[in-house]
Amino acid sequence: MNLLTDLIFDYTLRNIALGAAVLGIVSGVLGSFAVLRRQGLLGDTLAHAALPGICVAYLLTGSKSPLVLFLGAAISGWVATLVLLRIVRETRIKEDSALGVVLSVFFGVGIMLLTFILKHNDANQAGLDKFLFGQAATVTAEDVNTMTILGVFALLVVAVLYKEFKIITFDPNFAASLGFNDRWLGVVLTSLIVVAVVIGLRTVGVVLMSAMLVGPAVAARQWTNRLEAMVLLAGFFGALSGVAGALISVSEANLPTGPMVILSLTVIVIISLLFAPQRGILWDIKRFSKA
Amino acid sequence: MEIVITGILISVACALLGTFLILRKMAMMSDAISHAILPGLVAGYFFAKGPDLFAGFLGALVAALVTVTLVEALKNTQRVGGESAIGIVFPAMFALGTFLVARFFENVHLDTDAVLFGNIEFVAFDRLFIGDVDFGPQSYYVAGALCLINLLFITVFYKELKLATFDAGLAATLGFSPFFIHYALMALVSVTSVGAFTSVGAVLVVALMIVPAAAAYLLTDKLPMMIGLAAGIGALSAVLGYGLALAIDSSVAGAIVSVAGAFFFAAMLFSPSHGLIAKARRIERQRVQIGLEALLVHLLNHEGEEGEAHESEMLHLSSELRWLPQFAQQIVGVAANRGLVMQVNGHLILTDNGRRQGQQLMVY
Repeated sequence: MNLLTDLIFDYTLRNIALGAAVLGIVSGVLGSFAVLRRQGLLGDTLAHAALPGICVAYLLTGSKSPLVLFLGAAISGWVATLVLLRIVRETRIKEDSALGVVLSVFFGVGIMLLTFILKHNDANQAGLDKFLFGQAATVTAEDVNTMTILGVFALLVVAVLYKEFKIITFDPNFAASLGFNDRWLGVVLTSLIVVAVVIGLRTVGVVLMSAMLVGPAVAARQWTNRLEAMVLLAGFFGALSGVAGALISVSEANLPTGPMVILSLTVIVIISLLFAPQRGILWDIKRFSKA
Repeated sequence: MEIVITGILISVACALLGTFLILRKMAMMSDAISHAILPGLVAGYFFAKGPDLFAGFLGALVAALVTVTLVEALKNTQRVGGESAIGIVFPAMFALGTFLVARFFENVHLDTDAVLFGNIEFVAFDRLFIGDVDFGPQSYYVAGALCLINLLFITVFYKELKLATFDAGLAATLGFSPFFIHYALMALVSVTSVGAFTSVGAVLVVALMIVPAAAAYLLTDKLPMMIGLAAGIGALSAVLGYGLALAIDSSVAGAIVSVAGAFFFAAMLFSPSHGLIAKARRIERQRVQIGLEALLVHLLNHEGEEGEAHESEMLHLSSELRWLPQFAQQIVGVAANRGLVMQVNGHLILTDNGRRQGQQLMVY
């Protein structure tokens, strides 16, 4: 009960929980499309690719306001998307390798810039890496506001283009034959994933971001065969693990929020994989042992 | 100097394996493994009651193999795609590791940042002493051993690796277990990640496995050549990257990756066989060739007919062959240059040479 009142009245906890919940909803919804389009690792690559953007944004403006850094992250994530598409489409490099190349090269350049800033600027840089490795405990109301605006924007775009996203997810060739520009729609969808990633960097960080996109979607897929239900359920699972992770990390001193969010999510995924009706693995085992 | 030598040894060790990861479409597994070793490292330190190199190594190796097995198992349930399986397992492992660090190792020096970026800058400080004699940095021996193990593995199992990589089905029919090759390769990737990341960090390990090998893949179609090129590009990136880091005073690992990335994009643009520029030129050449052939055949068809005069007007080509005027200009120009057609008061006439070539085309 105490926790519940804290959730509403405690400034820090409220921000952490809100931030994690916004992230959970947005990444759950967008992750559903990414997972169904077999692009589960895209989020991982885009999250790493955000680093050079954050550094360049800081170098150019000298500002650490969330909007500026988010914008930098989004732009370099978007550039990474275009580079990735180009490599896959126009060279013999397969998608898997292309993801790895873009991920490590962008991140390497980012690290180089980050250490450069570290050594050449004054102590003012402290906090840049928060935007990367996630420090939910230091999320401010300003951060939450920025995240919410970005998140609502992304969800609105999904609502408007839902039909189009559905068709390019399940049958891109059919979509193309109907006259939809599937390449352009793919870029829009990926750009929205960039938005989700940018929201996530601040709360869970680069490494854990891929799970925020994949986990809720994989769990939701277990419970339904309908896209509408899957998208909603994934958003719900994402928010649930966000709030649960925030609560656990606060109730127990010194536990980092990001990892607790991911571990809560992992529990949801495991339960869904094992016990969901019809698709649950447990029922398979039962069926086999009977037969 | 010691940093450069360590860098070279590690990049060669990574490139040897990276070649096969790229060819087997498993590049992202190295990313997953290099992150997922964190909890194993922590558990190792926990049982050894301190940052013990060997215990950490063992724990990390176990964690890496657990990750590989979990990903395989998840994929085999058919509920989750391969890439989603990776995308969910390694963050879970990494989160577990961070959780363990926060819970049990608040005071131990195990920075998750250091795990990600490593500190190749400090390799010179961890030295191997036997008695009082200084045998050089520890990292020489670790990285050297990795190189040697990986080299040994791909030499001894070269045939099996090649077969399992290019034709897994045939390999299985012939009695080579793709399962064995897969796990052996994954085990070596794990060992290499663990051994390398203490000095260079997880991200550099991934970069050195994937990026030079991907660049090499764009430059050659021969496996031994690809392995050699990957190792060479890796080593060169280590040397140049160190220079770059000194020049702008930044992280050595980041600079090495950046240089490797520059090599990759250079290969992507300029590779004589698979580069974008070569590809564009090939397409342009084919476009001109097809245009030429169409022109010759068209002229030959109408030679001696009533409407020949009309058919051989420049303007008519645009409408009949649906060519843009400038493309028609270009093709006629090329044809005239090669002595295949002549322009006589606005009409195109085949030369003898052009007629012969046109007739040859018509044979098919």
